[in-house]
Amino acid sequence: MALLEVKDLQVRVEEREILHGLNLTVNEGEIHAIMGPNGSGKSTLSHVIAGKPGYEVTGGQILFRGEDLLEMSPDMRAAKGVFLAFQYPVEIPGVATMTFLRTALNAQRKARGESEYSTPDFLKKVREVSKSLNIPQDMLKRGVNVGFSGGEKKRNEVLQMALFEPSLCILDEMDSGLDIDALRVAADGVNALHSPKRAMVVITHYQRLLNYIVPDIVHVMSKGRVVKSGGKELALELEATGYAQFEDAA
Amino acid sequence: MPAVQETVDRVKRIDVDQYRYGFETLIESDKAPKGLSEQTVKFISEKKNEPAWMLQWRLEAYRRWLTMTEPTWARVDYPKIDFQDLYYYSAPKPKKTISSLDEIDPEILKTYEKLGIPLREVAMLEGVEPKPGEDDPNRRKIAVDAVFDSVSVATTFKAELKKAGVIFMPISEAIREHPELVQKYLGSVVPTSDNYYATLNSAVFSDGSFVYVPPGVRCPMELSTYFRINERNTGQFERTLIIADKGSYVSYLEGCTAPQRDENQLHAAVVELVAHDDAEIKYSTVQNWYPGNSEGKGGIYNFVTKRGDCRGNNSKISWTQVETGSAITWKYPSCILRGDNSRGEFYSIAISNGYQQVDSGTKMIHLGKNTTSRIISKGIAAGKSQNTYRGLVTAHRKATGARNFTACDSLLIGDKCGAHTVPYIEAKNSSATFEHEATTSKISEDVLFYCIQRGLSQEEAVGLVVNGFVKDVLQQLPMEFAVEAQKLISISLEGSVG
Repeated sequence: MALLEVKDLQVRVEEREILHGLNLTVNEGEIHAIMGPNGSGKSTLSHVIAGKPGYEVTGGQILFRGEDLLEMSPDMRAAKGVFLAFQYPVEIPGVATMTFLRTALNAQRKARGESEYSTPDFLKKVREVSKSLNIPQDMLKRGVNVGFSGGEKKRNEVLQMALFEPSLCILDEMDSGLDIDALRVAADGVNALHSPKRAMVVITHYQRLLNYIVPDIVHVMSKGRVVKSGGKELALELEATGYAQFEDAA
Repeated sequence: MPAVQETVDRVKRIDVDQYRYGFETLIESDKAPKGLSEQTVKFISEKKNEPAWMLQWRLEAYRRWLTMTEPTWARVDYPKIDFQDLYYYSAPKPKKTISSLDEIDPEILKTYEKLGIPLREVAMLEGVEPKPGEDDPNRRKIAVDAVFDSVSVATTFKAELKKAGVIFMPISEAIREHPELVQKYLGSVVPTSDNYYATLNSAVFSDGSFVYVPPGVRCPMELSTYFRINERNTGQFERTLIIADKGSYVSYLEGCTAPQRDENQLHAAVVELVAHDDAEIKYSTVQNWYPGNSEGKGGIYNFVTKRGDCRGNNSKISWTQVETGSAITWKYPSCILRGDNSRGEFYSIAISNGYQQVDSGTKMIHLGKNTTSRIISKGIAAGKSQNTYRGLVTAHRKATGARNFTACDSLLIGDKCGAHTVPYIEAKNSSATFEHEATTSKISEDVLFYCIQRGLSQEEAVGLVVNGFVKDVLQQLPMEFAVEAQKLISISLEGSVG
């Protein structure tokens, strides 16, 4: 069974149709890249999978391990293993990162019917994970993303990904706002988390990111549909020719 | 459905039953005849076996009150109160002198137990774990004075405090046992003529707490008073007086609840604090009076005058309040910074929901040289509530080097509520430095979605964000109460907000 199956998905935002019949199948262990120009519907797709309010699904289906994802609340989707790394992670003043991680992890475990972590067990786990990703303990004491640099915010997303152990990670424009060094650090973190049980969907404008996170399959989106899919060489081809050729295909 | 919309809908669905302290205790009570007259004032004074000077003081206040009119400047709206339709005194029966906790009506003890206020000293000790590395278990003790309607029913740890020289007792007892102190200080911070409700309180106050900390003494434990209004149609008029003599320190906390009732009940308290040279008073409030039901019926009218006088040089008074209850809150805990180098602080969290109306803030009156003050106010409005911060910062001509910092932040949940900030700033001297910052924000969809995407439910997400918003103020509370207040905020958010 596929991990994620998006079938003929149609989505509206305030009367305007953004996705017109999108299809996508992702299996365990695969890395997919979704590329496309601004306004092609890449971010909409990631938001609808995660369950962000404000989108109306007018047709089609999203199955996650065969279960109807659209029937689940967004927090339940998270507990089932759907993780969205945000393009712009939000700041939550006054809430220590450590508190946030613990609250979220225990909420997910509770939703799955697992026991919550005790404080010492949690601390042990978070130290282990942050050490493996070279994340300083000091960052965990600060308010969630408050005063973090662009690179730190993305590393915080990677840290959460490592801690929550989702089976599907969607990375929405992870490269935006990062210089090349920060990009490499974040990409290294993502690569460290790749496993045969975990799939990644990498959304990006540019081929650049795909030098660091190498996809198995590349999809090109235009005007709310996937118009072409291929191997990693498709990304290089796009870099050379641009998106214009696909405008007509859509 | 957008997350905030969902929150708003839940707010609409809240029921009166969400108020956890809404039960009533069935006990017989001894009441004054309904209505207010010189007879009522005399009745109360007589019940308390007061000396003649006290009765005289009350009567003067009553006569003055007759000439005054209710203030209308606050941003609150309520039908006219019929002061003749209230009871001004209610005491639980049997009314005999109590010498130990065992003689208290078990029904009342049960009430406090339900409220989570253990009056048993033993329970108090067992209930509080010492912090790691803290050997002295005495430091974790909290002395409690419990006021039920109009009388104080129990004060714990009295003997132990006495050893340290600290006087902590119901004010009705202090009037009899320490008349020289009461006469010297009562009305010296909030005069009987101060304002409509303070004057009314001066005439009919029935009980409250009295604290005197002698020179150089650091009060060995937290002092706490717990106020409970039980009786129907009864006003509670408590009076608290705290004096910290030279170089002393005291931390005091009050908590309040009431049963849920359809009619409004009046609570008009007066709190006076006096800090002499080098003394410090820390006063914390967790106010959770019944706020009324989801249609705005019932609830407490909380019209309170609280003022601290930094009378001595280098003295300090710090107010911290967590206000979640009451239909109407009208309350401005203030500091008069009379002594040179004295310091005033005001930390406030005010949460309003349903049809609650809050008009609260502080006054920092800089009279002495190099006086400093700090105001941190966090207002959270949900439902159809109105939440106003009203503050005055003023520097006298002689208050050279006065400094104030004010930060007022408001958080709106939903689109039917309102947050208002009304700061008054007056500097009559060019060396004063006053800073004022204010922000108003709506709880953001993006922040909520981020939390929910990480597995938090809607309620948990709102609770987390709000607790982060108020963190600066929560940190000011004594540790045990910070935990209690955080729970209270979460409960208000579970039941009343999200």
